[in-house]
Formats: sequence, structure tokens, C-alpha cells
Amino acid sequence: MKLIFEKSVPGRKLSLLPPCDVDPAAMPAGLERESAPALPELSESDLARHYTELNRSVHGVNCGFYPLGSCTMKYNPRMDEEMAALPGFTRIHPLAPAEATEGCREVLETAKKYLCEISGMDDMTFQPAAGAHGEFTGVLLIKQYHDARNDQKRTKIIVPDSAHGTNPATAAMCGYQVVNIASADNGCVDLKALKAVLGDDTAGLMLTNPNTVGIFDENILEITRLVHEAGGLCYYDGANLNAIMGVVRPGDMGFDCIHMNLHKTFATPHGGGGPGAGAVGCKAFLSDFLPQSALMDGGEHFQVRSFAGNFLVVVKALAYLLTLGREGVPEAAQNAVLNANYLMRKIQGTFAPAFDRTCMHEFVLDLGAFKKETGVSALDVAKSLIDCGMHPPTMYFPLIVHEALMLEPTETESRETLDWAADVFRHLFTLAHEDPEFMHNAPHNAQIGRPDEVRAARKPVLRWKKDG
Amino acid sequence: MGSYVPSTAAEQREMLRAIGCGGFRDLYRDVPQSMYLDHPLEIPSGMSELEGSRVMTAMAAKNKVFSTILRGAGAYDHYIPSIVKSIPAKEEFLTAYTPYQAEMSQGLLQSIFEYQTMICELTGMDVSNASVYDGATAAAEAAAMCRDRKRRVTLVSSAAHPDTINTIRTYCYGTGDEMRLVPVKDGKTDLDALKNMLTADTASFYVQQPNFNGLFEDAEALGEAVHSAGAMYIMGCNPIALAIMKTPRDCGADVAVGEGQPLGIPVSYGGPYLGFMAAVSKYMRKLPGRIVGETVDSRGARAFVLSLQAREQHIRREKAGSNICSNQALCALTAGVYMAAMGPRGMADAARQSMAKAHYLAAELCKIPGISMKYSGGYFDEFVVEMPKADEALRALEDAGILGGLVIDGGVLWCATEKVSKAEMDRTAAIVKEVCAG
Repeated sequence: MKLIFEKSVPGRKLSLLPPCDVDPAAMPAGLERESAPALPELSESDLARHYTELNRSVHGVNCGFYPLGSCTMKYNPRMDEEMAALPGFTRIHPLAPAEATEGCREVLETAKKYLCEISGMDDMTFQPAAGAHGEFTGVLLIKQYHDARNDQKRTKIIVPDSAHGTNPATAAMCGYQVVNIASADNGCVDLKALKAVLGDDTAGLMLTNPNTVGIFDENILEITRLVHEAGGLCYYDGANLNAIMGVVRPGDMGFDCIHMNLHKTFATPHGGGGPGAGAVGCKAFLSDFLPQSALMDGGEHFQVRSFAGNFLVVVKALAYLLTLGREGVPEAAQNAVLNANYLMRKIQGTFAPAFDRTCMHEFVLDLGAFKKETGVSALDVAKSLIDCGMHPPTMYFPLIVHEALMLEPTETESRETLDWAADVFRHLFTLAHEDPEFMHNAPHNAQIGRPDEVRAARKPVLRWKKDG
Repeated sequence: MGSYVPSTAAEQREMLRAIGCGGFRDLYRDVPQSMYLDHPLEIPSGMSELEGSRVMTAMAAKNKVFSTILRGAGAYDHYIPSIVKSIPAKEEFLTAYTPYQAEMSQGLLQSIFEYQTMICELTGMDVSNASVYDGATAAAEAAAMCRDRKRRVTLVSSAAHPDTINTIRTYCYGTGDEMRLVPVKDGKTDLDALKNMLTADTASFYVQQPNFNGLFEDAEALGEAVHSAGAMYIMGCNPIALAIMKTPRDCGADVAVGEGQPLGIPVSYGGPYLGFMAAVSKYMRKLPGRIVGETVDSRGARAFVLSLQAREQHIRREKAGSNICSNQALCALTAGVYMAAMGPRGMADAARQSMAKAHYLAAELCKIPGISMKYSGGYFDEFVVEMPKADEALRALEDAGILGGLVIDGGVLWCATEKVSKAEMDRTAAIVKEVCAG
């Protein structure tokens, strides 16, 4: 595909603005830009074709199965998009007077009420723009709590070795030393390991439950009790909330604060990488530490971005919540778990699950033995799935399973899709034994072959230039 | 109740049977009985699409949509071309995840590579990332990337957006570092004060151009002072102004950031917006977030990938410079389509018209007895006036469907963009005159 700059023809343009109806104003001397930016020049039809061509080589949820573990790639309802496009939301200035923004505040208040009920929290902010941003906000709640008590000895955050990379990175951004603890053989928190590191230097624990191998930690009450006993707080990473919403609540597990990924659990689209929304909920004793906006709320309060957050994402999540309601929320969770277990069962006898037991909304395949036997890696299988029209699962994560493929089908996939996916996995399992070479070279039918990532890192080309 | 689960009740039973479960409760056998929710959630019953859209539409109707917006302060009402709305709504762009699998995401990766190129063109910098959350977090992340072992203090102009200042302060609180505010003189950063505050432990200085008061800063002189103290220079720029304003590169900036909302993104009660972030090539490997790079595939053809991932949290974990994972990709796509639709001349036209209209509005307001400009410096599309009965005048404007300026410390901050016509500004001035002269 040609780059948009390679399609540019000097003089082409769209007809967008009327002539200026007032006298021009001159830039102050010395502030004029020296030469115009080399932005592309195209007609509107050129532009429409260009982006349609790009769009055709993107795999979205609406194109087919997308079992990207930990990312909850469920269907994104069209109605939610339509609601977020209402001029009564898109044309509202964040600093408009209160009487002109009653509807926006009702959206935020209503979403807060429902999400607090689902998470078992007392208060909430929508300022964080993504999951990792929510983690940052949540751990800063913990930091402010200890600081407000003048408890300066708490310098450590405990993170299991199965955690997402954002957890330790977040703790570091909050000035904490990260204490990684090894998981038990069943993939859950090792209580002995936890006890060994808990102490009066513990600021808190960051945990995902169900965890990243798709298992609900049955010791959760004991875990949060031990952390509290040591004087630390418990942070719930909501990445896997889809498995349990309406069934069991993080607040009842003993967590003090939590983030929820509205773009995963509450069906707002991921947009090729964002925008998301990382709503952060907390128990009442942390309420005072929630972020605010200097301009909207006044003062020098703690704040993690401008204004009130990714508001339109909250609009979409609220539309989704209204649709599902008290019956639909647990129904979605239960079917997410059912679909994962059904797919795991259907794959049985081929690729081995890392933990052979009932899973939650996702499960991890361990291709270690398979690779030894066939020479075919998790990467080869992933690339072969592309040839079959399926988006590969999350690869090589969590780090505690070395040749991992993590599958999360979500509740919005039908039984036919799951049956088809299982057939595809069976086919690839057989193919690996018959023609491993073919799989080493996959994909064969994709728009490109495997890209040379080493070259991309060693000789970075990060922008287009006219003369290459 | 509404549902997006395709399986019928009969199918669900068959699937449960296939995995040896009697019911859904069996799937949650690891959940301790004591915490299993035994009562329905206290939220309303689910709704059909028609009912749900009625409720949402009723909420939207409780907001007031102003036909004329003369307020900016971090959210700007520029014209959004139709095609800029339709392209990001395409279902593949909309419903894809981060492009981890390059072979299935070339269109997305290419669109980001093109966006990065456009941001480099606009700022004059060498390398751009794929976006961060918004202008405030872009500034805070830039301040973080400028810190090293010895230099830990971040200086920030008091004339920056208050939300940006607060966000930088919060990020500094996280790592236990200090942020110091550089005072303002005549509405602009006080250069002499800055010189006095620059010390051997200063990591960087952040200035907003044009600043929160709408005024152009003497960006080159500020940059020279910062560099002579061995610190790094971060500029937060209005991207529309950049079409005609000296680039951060030419002003000596090491890192250029900004709020990308003016690039085709609606004001939307504050978000989602777009943080853009670019740097000179020396700091390429210190930039946070996703970056797309060009390479070749196994057949030697051009291909795009997520590149330089060794910087990021999923590889470096607690040693990563930032925890950012999800960004604002769809907003970056929107900005890319906007910049391509406007082209170099369209962007410059929008910038010149915004500036011309702001100057016209200022002149008309200042004809009213009692109203005067608060500062004498050059400005772009925002300006501060001192005016009597400001609250009353703004209320009268609101009744006429006009969102007037924002009351800030010591005055009213007005904004005009290319969207506002001379007739609308004349009407605005007439209403203000009636209140203030009455």
C-alpha cells in the first residue's frame, strides 16, 4: 500500500472553509513559521479511498474471532456508538456552566452508581484514560493514604510474577520498590511467599482475580486479610472483571481500590489501541484522595489528566450497562466463563492447557512439550492462525508459562464459532506433526509475511521522508 | 432485558453438559460461598435498544448545546470536516485492539506511521510516538523522560494550563520528585525569574505556547536560558497554531507535546482527547508509549511494526520509563485524517482565520466602555479582558445561545476559532455592551 504522502499531488485540496470575513491579524515578528509543514495534499475522494484501503487490512472484532487473552475482545454494540455521537454529548464544552451540563453529570453519576454496585466500591473517578492510567491513580490513592497518616516506612508494593507488566511499571511510577513473588504451582498466589515478604514496609498488593492464567484465587480472603494485617492496602486490577461481574465483587474480596477497563468489560471499542477508560473505584476511606480537575473543580488537588476523563467512553459504557441491566451483567460473565471452558474442552487432546481444571473467562495453553516434540513454537501456531482467519491469542504471556497462548473467547461468540476455532486448533496440531516447516514460515496468505522486527529496532525508520 | 450473548438457553444447557457442569454455579466453584452474590445487583433491569437509547437521549437533552462557542481554555471548537467523522467510525479501525499482530494490522500500523510523520512535520521534530492520553499527561510524561539520576527537578511556567500544572505535579509526587512553578510577568513566563531558578538539579522546563492567557511566549529566549543551564526544554504547543507559528524545533525544544483535540476531535465534555509527543532523535529511545516503525517482511516488501518495544512495560516491567499501554489510537487516527483533509494550506487557513477572528472579537469587546485588554502581548486565538459585570454578561450570552469567555483569575478568557462568523461576534459584542453599559 502506498503511503498517504506518496499519493499527495501539490494543489489538491478539499473545500472546507469559507473566506475569512474579518481583517487578517499578523503574527508578531520572529514568530512566523519558516516553511509550511509537508502534510499531504489530496482530494476528498483520494482521502476516502486511502483510508478505506487501510481499513481493509485491519482485523477488528467485527471481522472475525479475536480471542486475544486478557483483552476481552467482545462485540461493541452499535447503539452505544450512536449514543456517544449525540451532539448533546459531543458539543458540550467541559467548562460550560453547570446548568448547561446537567446531562453530562447525570451520565457520570449514573455510571458511578452502577459500577460501584458491580465492584462493591463506595466512590469512583472517571479521570483515568486507560487501564494502566487507572492503576497509576489507584496506587497513588494508596500512597496518599499512607502519607496522610505520616506512615513513611511503607516503601514496597507486592506484585505476583504472573502480573501484567503495567503493575510493576505502575508501582515504580509511584515511587515504590517492587517485590515480585513467585506463584504457587497452581498459578495462584503462594501464601507462604506472600507471608514471607509482608511487613511494616508493605504499602500494598496489586492483584488480578481471576488471575492471568484464568483462575479464581480461592484464597483471596486470606490474601487480602494478610495484607491488611500488615498495614498495607489491596489494589484490584480489573483486567479480568468480565469473568465475575454480577457474580462476585472485588469489594467483597477485601480490596480497597480497583480499576475497571470500560473498553474491555463494558464493551466500548478499543479503537486500534485506545481510547479506553480506567474508572477507579475505592472504599469510602480513600474518597478524599480521588483526583479532580484544577479548572473544573478548583484548587491544587491530585489530578491525573485534564478535565473529567474520556467522557464519551463512559457514555458508551453506560448505554451498555442500561441494556444489560441486573440480569444481563451476570449473564455476560457466566457465558464468558462457559465459552472459555467449552473451547478449552473442545481443544482437549491436542494443545495442553497450562492448568487442567475449570477456568474462568480465559485459559492458557502451554506449548512447551509440543514445541519439544514438533519444533513448532507458540509463535508459529499464532502466525498459522492468521492464515485461518483467526486473530491469534495473546502470546508468551503470562511469563510463568514459557510457551504460552492465552485464549479469551468472550461471551459474544457463538457455539459455531467456538466449534470452528477448536477445529482450527486441531488442524494446526496435526499439521505441526506433518509439516512443521510450513508452520515456521506462516503466515502464507496474510497481507505481509513475518516482519523483520530486529531490523526495525536496529535501524529505526519512524517517519516518512521525501527522499527516503 | 438486553443481551449480546448469541447462545440460546438450550445451547447454553448443551454446552454446560458438554463440559460436565450442571449449571453456571459449578463454573464458579473456586469462589468462596461467603462472597458469592446471592442477590441481584441493585441496578435497573436490562432494557431493549429502543428503551436504552431513549434514556441516553434524554440525558443528552439535559445538556445545553450552544450554537456559538467563544470559550477555549484547553478545549477548542474548530470545524470538523465530515470525512474526519466518518473514517474513524469504520468498523475495522474502531473494533481492533492494539496492533500486536502486524500481519493482520498493516492498515492500522500504516495509519499510525503516517500520523507520526504528520506530527513530526507539524512540530519540526524527528520522532513522534503513537499518542498518549491528552495534553496534560503528554507534558507529565515528557517531564518524566527528562529526569535522570542527578537532575530531578521540573520547572513549569505558571502560565501553563492549570490542569497540566496539576497533572505534572501529581506525576512528580508519584516518583517523589519536585516541581517548581516559574512566576509570570505581564501574563507571560518571567524570563529573569526562570534564569534564577535554573540550577544543577533542574531536569527540564515546561512552557505552553501560546500560553493559558493566550499570549505568545518568547519561546526561543526561554529555550536558550534552559539549555545554558544544561536542562532540557519541553514545549506544549497548540497544534493549529503550529501551522503558522515557529516550530518547537526552531525554538530549540528537545521535546514537543500538546493537546491534539483541536485536530478534528469534538470538545465532548473533556474527552477522549489526544496527547501528542515528539522529540529530537537523540531522545528516541526515551519516548514513552507505542511507536510504529518501518521494516521489511520475509519477502522483502515494506511492512510496519510496533517498534522499539524494549522501552515498554510489557518487556521492562518496573524498569520501564512509563506504564502506558492503551493510548488514544482512534483519536490519533482522527487527527491524521484531519491533517490530511486540511492539508498544509487548510491548516494554515484555519490558524489564520482563528487568529483574525480572535483579534476582531477583542477589538469589538474593547470598544465597549469599561472593557480593556488585560495584557499587551501578542496572542493567537485566545485573550484576556478585564470587564465589569462579567457574570451577568456571560449569563445574557448563554440565554442567547452563546457560550462566552471563561472567568479566570483577574479577567475573562475568550477564544475565537475559524468557526465563528463576524455576525456572531457582532451579536456577542452587542449583548455584552447592553449588559455592561446598563
